[in-house]
Amino acid sequence: MSDVIVDTVPEPVKTGWFTPFNFIAGIILAGGAIILGIRFTQGLAATTNLSNTYPWGLWIGFDVMSGVALAAGGFVTSTAVYLFGMKEYKPVVRAALLTGFLGYFLVVLGLLADLGRPWRLPYPFIKSPGPTSPLFEVSLCVALYLTVLFIETTPAVFEWLGLKKFRKVVGGMTIALTIFGLILSTMHQSTLGAMFMVAPTRLHPLWYSGHIPVHFFVSAVAAGLAMVIVEGMVSHRAFHHQIQITQDHFRRINFGLAKAASVALAIYFSIKVIALATEDEWHLLGTGWGAYWLLEVLGFVLLPCLLFAVGYRERRLPVVRVAAVITVIGIMLNRFNVTFIAFNWNNPTAETYIPSWMEIWVTVAFIIFAVVVFRWIANRMPIMYEHPDWKGVH
Amino acid sequence: MTTTRRGFIGGAVGAAITATTSEAGTTKHFAGHPGRYGLLHDTTLCVGCRSCEVACKEVSGLPPVEDPVDDPRVFDTVRRTTDTSLTVVNKYVEGSDDEPPVYRKLQCMHCNEPCCATVCLVHAFEKTPEGPVVYHPELCMGCRYCVMACPYYALAYEYEDPLAPKVMRCTMCYDRIKEGKVPGCAEACPMGAITFGVREELVKVARERIRKHPDRYVDHIFGEHEFGGTSWMILAGTSFGELGLDEGVTSEPLPAIATSYLGVVPLVVTIYPGLLMGMYAFSKRHEAVAKAEREDAVAEAVADTEEEGRKKLEAAAERAKKDKERSVDMAVKKALAEAQKGGDE
Repeated sequence: MSDVIVDTVPEPVKTGWFTPFNFIAGIILAGGAIILGIRFTQGLAATTNLSNTYPWGLWIGFDVMSGVALAAGGFVTSTAVYLFGMKEYKPVVRAALLTGFLGYFLVVLGLLADLGRPWRLPYPFIKSPGPTSPLFEVSLCVALYLTVLFIETTPAVFEWLGLKKFRKVVGGMTIALTIFGLILSTMHQSTLGAMFMVAPTRLHPLWYSGHIPVHFFVSAVAAGLAMVIVEGMVSHRAFHHQIQITQDHFRRINFGLAKAASVALAIYFSIKVIALATEDEWHLLGTGWGAYWLLEVLGFVLLPCLLFAVGYRERRLPVVRVAAVITVIGIMLNRFNVTFIAFNWNNPTAETYIPSWMEIWVTVAFIIFAVVVFRWIANRMPIMYEHPDWKGVH
Repeated sequence: MTTTRRGFIGGAVGAAITATTSEAGTTKHFAGHPGRYGLLHDTTLCVGCRSCEVACKEVSGLPPVEDPVDDPRVFDTVRRTTDTSLTVVNKYVEGSDDEPPVYRKLQCMHCNEPCCATVCLVHAFEKTPEGPVVYHPELCMGCRYCVMACPYYALAYEYEDPLAPKVMRCTMCYDRIKEGKVPGCAEACPMGAITFGVREELVKVARERIRKHPDRYVDHIFGEHEFGGTSWMILAGTSFGELGLDEGVTSEPLPAIATSYLGVVPLVVTIYPGLLMGMYAFSKRHEAVAKAEREDAVAEAVADTEEEGRKKLEAAAERAKKDKERSVDMAVKKALAEAQKGGDE
């Protein structure tokens, strides 16, 4: 990591095609393609461990539920910078928006694999709308927000291609897009939680709550912030030759994000405890499920909350990064719990769900796909740095 | 296509877009279509012969029961409905010398207000005025939200089918009902444990049985009110919890619970733009004020510096003047002194 301020367009890194990373990524992607081939010729039964009791598994629990939450960094940082005028965070906004766009793209990929008849994806909008469904709202919001994120990513593309006119047009839409993005995110992040309100008997009472939409929204804000820190941890090193900001500025950004994440997690922890109190479920803490719930809430919410605070106060970046990784894992754990672990907790058959290796492979392949696309774009377009022609412009 | 009375607030959203339920979003209560059918399963009469399973597969055109129907080992595990077995009979309580074992038949309960219909984003489920909840596979995307939502674990999915999988569940023999026939299982039951009829009449029948045999029945009709009530209702001699059913659940329909949050959505859409533009305006104004204050401060500093400079300059000029006067005085004195000295000489 250098402290030298670059003020030109950095050259893309020229490495050969046959790097170890590309080799492994190629194998994983090819394997994923083969598994998807099996899924569309032999069905979900041949590729997944889904069942009638567990209709939603890893592809929904990770690709959709966790993917949307972890992609929240895009709307959180763009709101801070463009609406609240916190300009010192501008260097991370583009990377966060690109991560968000790729995250939502993964959501759609996951859905295409998981839906029984994915080619009917437009049906809710063009053929037979079911607006009473929380999922109708989620799909409408995700479709619109994917479009918003796409447009929010295009300034980098237009700067790269030198299309100044187009760049000006999308630049002028920044505030409107940020507000629209925040509206859509508030709605679908929370409605993803609302989707489970239909199952008061099937989802364990410690996870089920009348306020689960708020739980989902607040935890997504924390997850999004943590993900920006994690993403910066990797990309700041990988693209160090492109970084224009000083090491000190980068650290300040991380400490600011840590402070915000600590507050978000503190709020999340509080509303989880409030839900426990208002629904009077203290006695459930003494059960096995209670111990597991405590592990999630103390180990993956309260602990990173405190670590973020300590890291911020004592200006220790490694502590902040550990907290961010724990938060990211914690959000996945929560979404898995709600989707298929604490779900069917008292199901009358002895059945449980453990994802098949093929489900895990496809999920990993989707993540690798996103990483490869991120690298390709960030190597060419002004994501990690500001284009010299557009310095200080929205 | 009317499905169900929707949740109070959520219904307002739904009705605004689809305009199918005129009463949704009002204080009116839709008690359900009068004269709709239902079925009563009296578990005290059920002997676990599985005739209903056999009949169901026959009338539904599904592959027949594989293991011998009278093989008692089938009751060793608790089974659930699948895409090829739309109803299954389980044994929940082992029999003793005095008491016979207790069996219960599982299938779609055909809720009065079905949550599968509410959570379907393509409207593939429909509550018919006759009572059965019907499914339209030609609309289904295969998201399986309905399978996830069902509190009775009654919906199954054709996971084996790669390209055209369907949700599979008891149809309450809708086609047979329309032809004036009785559902396959009810017709096949040799013990009279399944009674088909108008739902309201069945509630009366069930009450009468409980009244006549208080020692035989638990004083409760499962499905009369649970989650808004169901078309299939159950009578039992043991607690319903023992029969794998959730006892004591609210009589509030699940759709109302599921959609209660959706009422917030229009508020977010309407409140956020103004609120956020306000926040943006504040941050802009904050910036503008800060900038103006900075400019004022700079101007003041410049003015101060200028004033100070002028004073310094004046002082310097004064000093220079004094210096000059002094040096002139001294020169004069010196000249005078020299003149004096010259005069003395």
